[in-house]
Amino acid sequence: MSNTYFEILRSGINTTVQDTGRNHMYHVGIAVSGAIDQRNYKLSNKLVNNDLSDAVIEFAYQGPLLKLKNGKIHFSITGDVLFKIIRKNSIIEDGICYKNYILEDEEQIDIISTKNTIYGYLSVNGGFDLEKVWNSYSTNTKANIGSNNGKKYSLQDKIFIKNSDLQIIKEMKINYKHTPDNLIRVIKGTNFDYFSSEAKNIFFKQEFLVTKLADRMGVRLSGHKLENTISTNIKSEGLVRGVIQVPTDGNPIIMLSDHGTIGGYPKIGVVISADLDRVGQFTPGSIIKFKEVSLEEAQNIFKAYTEETNKYLNECN
Amino acid sequence: MIKNISNLGDAAVYCDFGSDVNEKINLNVISYFNFLSKLVKEHKINGVNNITPSYNKLIISFDLSKTNYLEIRKIVLDLSVNNEINNNYKKIKIPVCCDEEFGLDFDRLSDKTKLSKEEIFELFLDKEYFCYMTGFIAGMPFLGDIDKDIRCDRLETPRVKVPKGSIGLTEQFANIYTFESPGGWNIIGNTPQKIFDKSNLEEPSLIKPGDKVNFYQISKEDYLNWNE
Repeated sequence: MSNTYFEILRSGINTTVQDTGRNHMYHVGIAVSGAIDQRNYKLSNKLVNNDLSDAVIEFAYQGPLLKLKNGKIHFSITGDVLFKIIRKNSIIEDGICYKNYILEDEEQIDIISTKNTIYGYLSVNGGFDLEKVWNSYSTNTKANIGSNNGKKYSLQDKIFIKNSDLQIIKEMKINYKHTPDNLIRVIKGTNFDYFSSEAKNIFFKQEFLVTKLADRMGVRLSGHKLENTISTNIKSEGLVRGVIQVPTDGNPIIMLSDHGTIGGYPKIGVVISADLDRVGQFTPGSIIKFKEVSLEEAQNIFKAYTEETNKYLNECN
Repeated sequence: MIKNISNLGDAAVYCDFGSDVNEKINLNVISYFNFLSKLVKEHKINGVNNITPSYNKLIISFDLSKTNYLEIRKIVLDLSVNNEINNNYKKIKIPVCCDEEFGLDFDRLSDKTKLSKEEIFELFLDKEYFCYMTGFIAGMPFLGDIDKDIRCDRLETPRVKVPKGSIGLTEQFANIYTFESPGGWNIIGNTPQKIFDKSNLEEPSLIKPGDKVNFYQISKEDYLNWNE
């Protein structure tokens, strides 16, 4: 085992290990977990020459303050993130996202905060020294499964890094464009017809506010109450990421990576795959709108999303 | 059999087996689940991420970069599944202590059912239960059906924290909270038995869909000295 690690001088608000997610466990009651923003997760791995499915550190709002011990590494940070690098001679360097850096022994990364989004990603060349549980590195804090015993990182935890020998990789950067867009595309849900015609109209025409109840489990919205004319309860059934459930109070909830695996509220819609990265990144107070698309449109939008991700990845080649 | 099949978003297939909740429909769902899971394990279906059985629905979620709705839909429609495939369902006995400290909602249940605590508990222990599904939180079993006389709606205001091990009742169902969790079921006792074991990688859930469960009463002393 390598002896290179990050000492945690400040843990940050919700610092966990994430990857593409943990599949084939829904039927047991274990959610997929995984990075909320899959594109930024992949880009951070690419920037340090890792496999795109390697584990990274995900942080939310205020990130961790990390000191490198016993080694020298490459790292990169992606997202909309304010961070600084504290060099050995106490020189403080402003960090830039979407490029790779060398960090020397005893130097520190201070991830001060995310800016107009919730989540950011830190990757190191060679990856972190962790073990997969059910084929994923992801920390699942609900079932205490995965890296760091399924718990978010706290002060004095150590995050071990695989490579103690620095492999020199070339400088890479990506010209990532953060284009604020509050429109989320949705396919009608399996219980769409449970809702009154007024509610259906409101759902696709009015704005919704992202409340402070926005975390890795889901995003609670508030706005005009969505009236249900059939039943506010259904027999519990499976859920997937992106499902928009409407409980009795008429306010929609969007399911994200750590959601409960089954639920009994009617499903008014499902966020399309291409918009899942963005929907998890809205900070409380954001105003969002839903737009209906067909299955075929959603599949085409997903192709365009994949091409755009590949375009960013290719900037590193 | 599947009554209707549709898409749930762009990356999941929603199989509807009807609206009733009973063993027959549920065993059909479980048979489809077992059949499809085997095909996925044997790499005979590409791109499937998760298969989630519930009372009368089956949801198959997939990776949109590897497959799509019509492909998975066709695979499901072409299957010929019979209910005989997997009959190695277990019978499981679960200890439960209904000491005051654990039976948090006996007063409410007594009030709603007009039965004494002892009568409610006796009716609860008297039956063998069928596991319809597991989930919501890891390993939580949804069992049924409980006696008609002890059925009761959820709490008006759910608890923020239901203690781990709690046995809860609502409508025709009973469940076991495998983790401390928010919840609105009527709590009648607590089990010291480990229901979800993450160190058991092959079968982390003690109770699986299709299994039969009996509860038996233990004293508080037995509860405190419980050793697996």
